[in-house]
Amino acid sequence: MLYFSKLKIISVVIFTLLLSYFSLSNFTKIDDDFFKKNINLGLDLQGGSYLLLEIDNSPVLEQQIQNKLIQIKKFLKEKKIPYKNFNIIDDKKISFEINNEFIDSTSNLLKGKDSEINPYYDQFKTNQFELLVVGNRFELTYSRYGLIQLKSSSQNQAIEIVRRRVDEIGTNEPNILKRGNDRILVELPGLDNPDRIKSLLGKTANLTFRFVTQNEEESFGTERLSFLDGSDESIVSKRIILSGDNLIDAQPRMDSESNQTVVTFNLDRVGAKKFARATTTGVGKKLAIILDGKIISAPNIVEPIVGGSGQITGDFTFQSATDLALLLRSGALPAPMKIIEERTVGPDLGQDSINAGILSLIIGFTLVVLFMFVKYKIFGLIANITLISNLLLLLGVLTLFEATLTLPGIAGIILTVGMAVDANVLIYERIKEEIKNENNKILAFDSGYVKSRSTILDANITTLIAAIILFLLGSGPVKGFALTLGVGILSTLFSVYFIARLMTAQYVIKNKDKEKLI
Amino acid sequence: MTKSNIPFNKFYKLFNILSLFLILISFLLLIFKGLNFGVDFKGGTLIEVRSLDKSLNISDLRKSFKNLDLGDVSVKKFGKDNDYVVKFEKKQSIEENFIENIKIELRKDIGNVFEFRRVESVGPKVSAELLKSGVIAIALSLGAMLIYIWIRFEWQFSLGAIAALFHDIIITLGFFSMLSLEINLSIVAAVLTIVGYSMNDTVVIFDRVRENLKKFSDIKIYDITNISINETLSRTIITSMTTLLALLSIFIFGGAILKGFSFAMILGVIVGTYSSIYIANPILIRLNVTQKTILKEEKE
Repeated sequence: MLYFSKLKIISVVIFTLLLSYFSLSNFTKIDDDFFKKNINLGLDLQGGSYLLLEIDNSPVLEQQIQNKLIQIKKFLKEKKIPYKNFNIIDDKKISFEINNEFIDSTSNLLKGKDSEINPYYDQFKTNQFELLVVGNRFELTYSRYGLIQLKSSSQNQAIEIVRRRVDEIGTNEPNILKRGNDRILVELPGLDNPDRIKSLLGKTANLTFRFVTQNEEESFGTERLSFLDGSDESIVSKRIILSGDNLIDAQPRMDSESNQTVVTFNLDRVGAKKFARATTTGVGKKLAIILDGKIISAPNIVEPIVGGSGQITGDFTFQSATDLALLLRSGALPAPMKIIEERTVGPDLGQDSINAGILSLIIGFTLVVLFMFVKYKIFGLIANITLISNLLLLLGVLTLFEATLTLPGIAGIILTVGMAVDANVLIYERIKEEIKNENNKILAFDSGYVKSRSTILDANITTLIAAIILFLLGSGPVKGFALTLGVGILSTLFSVYFIARLMTAQYVIKNKDKEKLI
Repeated sequence: MTKSNIPFNKFYKLFNILSLFLILISFLLLIFKGLNFGVDFKGGTLIEVRSLDKSLNISDLRKSFKNLDLGDVSVKKFGKDNDYVVKFEKKQSIEENFIENIKIELRKDIGNVFEFRRVESVGPKVSAELLKSGVIAIALSLGAMLIYIWIRFEWQFSLGAIAALFHDIIITLGFFSMLSLEINLSIVAAVLTIVGYSMNDTVVIFDRVRENLKKFSDIKIYDITNISINETLSRTIITSMTTLLALLSIFIFGGAILKGFSFAMILGVIVGTYSSIYIANPILIRLNVTQKTILKEEKE
């Protein structure tokens, strides 16, 4: 165990130096394109906001079921299959009845790989809808994978909108990720007051223009909506003249005539046509501008608006007009979202945590180093040099993978310092025992290494198992702890078996005749 | 250095009774007093407030928060003199500017003499999931340890090691219950690390027990364990010392956020070291481990 080939020595030295370079590059300002890597600081250290959003897919589901019902009706008409009693049960089940002679042919049309109306997912081996036929009643519900498909499509749309909204606000390096199939994680480093972003993300931003009506018997149906400021209510038609989809731009403006803040918008070609037609026929009527089911304002149409642009008046401050314009520019979410978890750390606290972490690392390290030196003298020195290179290796690996360092992560490093010497202690204690029965010092050292090896591996693997499980199941900062602890074990094993053993070997071979070696 | 020769095995009975007693008390505490779950696992909101005015004291803060209709509010000192942690049931909801509104109300009440240093708000669904994954993580790590030791040793050893782990976890949690210390995500991390550490400590002694069993066919397991504990004792002490030094440094200098975590770890290291000696080893004796136990295994 004490013999090292030249090649081995060189590779150990190169490997160690390389990783040490990476770890030290965190503390220098050298601009080196090749080695330009840094450890990222977690939100708990640099300050920032972590928001977990959940998409409420029930409105999408309802809408899709409605659409499907219409599609199926049309489809059956085309196929000349008479049906009756179409309805939707519990917002999630389409049910209808078919005459007995058509049952088989209809159910064949509604299921299987080739169904035109009920798409088949090859990868899941299932249709979008599950079909249940009871007598002459047909029932269609979303299959498990149909539901997953629906959720992930609405998640894809939502994450795009979230990204646009966050980008519009212009925070630095936001991190926006999918979680599961109905959640979105937003990490905003450096942001200590996330209230504005939270209120922007919480809005669906579904904009519609609809006529105010007195007549409750309109063909499209009507609904009673309240104004945004809660002051009043109004009956509006369900017919949508124009929706936010047709907007291509929106900006806050100061209206020079009224001296009010307004939001101006531009429409795409289709939108401009629709808007022109509606405002031409509707002169004299009131046009309600509705955002997420609340009326912003309902101005009178004085004259047709044909230019494809217009403005929204309302009781805006400049801030609220800016936000509304931003929401309109970035588009509507497919479904409402809710913030289900928030963690925000101010930059002061982050800096305090870094300072406390570094202080306790320095003190912990010093105490351990002193203890080892007092206990083992020259071998303590070797263990301590090993400990330093171990730390450099650990930081180097974290830098190489551009890992995120959190406060618990720093705790993991300090704990590694405390536990890393264990391997060397095991070896030295074993050598002490071997030396009693063995006159040849080199042989004693050798068998000390050999006999302690399986114990050291067992002992470290158990901790590694715990770290891996924690890494897989832990969340946020705790993951950072598992990471440093786990990488720390690997770097410990490397430094003990290559660096410390190399140094020990050199020393023992030179001093083999000393009376009291250890 | 001369090898120690402490008759650990003379006290097996005594300490087993003590451990059983501690486990019983911990169980009773866990059942009747329960654990003080933080917002991570219970849901709700936590705000770390720093007061910028010395005259603002904890009762002012408590009163102001109570006026805000946030459900059950608790205000506690946290770390430095002017830092407080406020916890309440109400969480982030659809309600916009929730935190901002609290700030505005507080300013009206006590003036602009505070800042929010940290906000954590966890919804009921998320907290339930976090609790579940915490429990799964601990269970999984115990299972993995069991299997690992089973592969590396014989089942008797596996049982002894797992018993020691249960002992450590239950007593650590019992302590947390007794002192009403908060259980949050970092405590789960601590418990898992304790599992790793305690196992590590047990494995070192077990390795030696196995080695000695092979070496001496005429010594009973009762004495083998004692020899093994003594032979590895200086390592046990040194490693516990260095680990405790590192942990104490985190506990004292690492800031308020890491206090609970490092306390749990310190407790775990002490209990884990003790259990490696007084729980894991007596079980080997109870299970009648002999030289045959390990030789048979090797033949297979």
